[in-house]
Amino acid sequence: MAMALPLAYASSVVHPFEAGRLSFSTKATKHKKQIYQFRNVTKVLAYYGLTNPPYKLDALEPYMSRRTLELHWGNIHRGYSDSLNKQLANSPLYGCTMEELIKTTFNNGNPLPEYNNAAEVWNHDFFWESMQPNGGRLPWGGVLDQIEKDFGSFSNFRDEFVHSAMMLFGSGWVWLVLKTNERRLLIVRTSNALCPLVWGDIPIISLDMWEHAYYLDYKDDVSKYVNNFMDHLISWHSATTRMVRAEAFVNLGEPKIPVA
Amino acid sequence: MQHHTLSCCGGVRPSLPPPPLSFRWSKIKREGGRRLPRCARIAAQLELKPPPYSLSSLEPHMSRETLEYHWGRHHRAHVASLNNLIAGTDLDGMGLDEIVVVSYNKGNPLPLFVHAAQVWNHDFFWQSIKPGGGGRPSGRLMELIERDFGSFDRMLEEFKRAALTQFGSGWAWLVYKANRLDVGNAVNPCPSEKGNKLVVLKSPNAVNPIVWDYSPLLAIDVWEHAYYLDYENRRADYVSIFLEKLVSWEVVSDRLDVAIERAAERAREDETRRQEDDAAVTHSEAVEMYLDSDTDDSEAE
Repeated sequence: MAMALPLAYASSVVHPFEAGRLSFSTKATKHKKQIYQFRNVTKVLAYYGLTNPPYKLDALEPYMSRRTLELHWGNIHRGYSDSLNKQLANSPLYGCTMEELIKTTFNNGNPLPEYNNAAEVWNHDFFWESMQPNGGRLPWGGVLDQIEKDFGSFSNFRDEFVHSAMMLFGSGWVWLVLKTNERRLLIVRTSNALCPLVWGDIPIISLDMWEHAYYLDYKDDVSKYVNNFMDHLISWHSATTRMVRAEAFVNLGEPKIPVA
Repeated sequence: MQHHTLSCCGGVRPSLPPPPLSFRWSKIKREGGRRLPRCARIAAQLELKPPPYSLSSLEPHMSRETLEYHWGRHHRAHVASLNNLIAGTDLDGMGLDEIVVVSYNKGNPLPLFVHAAQVWNHDFFWQSIKPGGGGRPSGRLMELIERDFGSFDRMLEEFKRAALTQFGSGWAWLVYKANRLDVGNAVNPCPSEKGNKLVVLKSPNAVNPIVWDYSPLLAIDVWEHAYYLDYENRRADYVSIFLEKLVSWEVVSDRLDVAIERAAERAREDETRRQEDDAAVTHSEAVEMYLDSDTDDSEAE
């Protein structure tokens, strides 16, 4: 089941017909008679484009420097996206949405070669949107209520999140996910490129704990990085949007059945 | 000169700056088989060994800042954590190699494995490089490289590929692999030195090949903290410079000699053990066939 994704999420998948139209405006004039053969003549490609973070690269200073974003987004994230497109150029995995692609290439725990690239493209998109300039501090409304329900209090949640990040060894990510089966929020730590989408859960916030995410700014002071993320970068706006969407798929409360 | 620390009630003393060329000292003192009361037990502490060169001598290929953080903070933190975790346990007092293999627990590692292995790996890594390194190896090492990879350049290609395709954090290795299995009844019917090979492999996070009974010869750290300050995300440049300008082929050669000697010795032990087993088998057959044997030979001959 493909989720309807708002534009901010999906890396742009160019629709086959649009791509065709873009590329053969000159051919149209030359081959009017062969109109029915256009789709055969032109090579039609779908690809996953690199989306920009929803803020300028220096907007997260001083907590995440411009140089870090230039490298992290401009080289590393772009590198994953290019590698993915190269891998999929002649592959039967054609035309999926990102989420479908991740689930398919995860292959139930026996990942295909495309998995790492696909998942890292999605993970990084998600990460940029999990942050904002002037972020941090407290959530509000439904998100805060749900956090208090599932963790006791916001400060419990914050401590647990920071602790989980500090406990991660090697490269990986820390997530606040909404578990679809348990119907509650949970903090999850994953290694390398693993993404909670593969278990059917709905991520709400993520933090990149690969060293390339913080080494230039914080070197080995991981605790400062995580605390700055919690206090100044985390985007509760995004979290709220994602929770609202998630509630379309997960029933978090008791249904309000009107009494006759 | 040996130092001992008095570890009262499992407390850990803060580490002093190590003397140059320090080596591990370890012995739990026991009196006549009876363990001393906990507070008076003399515990060994693993030390942070400094690299055999100054922190700025690898410039410009590996900056002083990188070494200050990589050795001075990351490596040091692992040593401290390891000491904390082994204090008061059975592993306290063992050599580092042993701690690594025991804590790997055949693939189900204990929590302290990451620290033990990273201490081992980093010690090994600092020894593998030197100022003015690079060039080409010679002698037996070069012969074996050419025998097992075709040419030196091919081996470099494979090493680079391993280092670049290690996804996430980890290490790439050149190891000497003896052709034996760590299983009791698996016997190599034609053991020979030719069955032992040089191999390139990569490992994730903290895993290292001694847990698979290989003899590592060369390692490169491809955790991002090893190169991010100097090369940012350009791991390929880091690996190339490492191979061209930093590797100490003398050290690798020495390790190869040690590895070959170790493999030969174990092959000899296997051979003697096999001969003993054979002798035991033939002897017991003899006892069965001739019922009224006079001799009372022990089967453990």
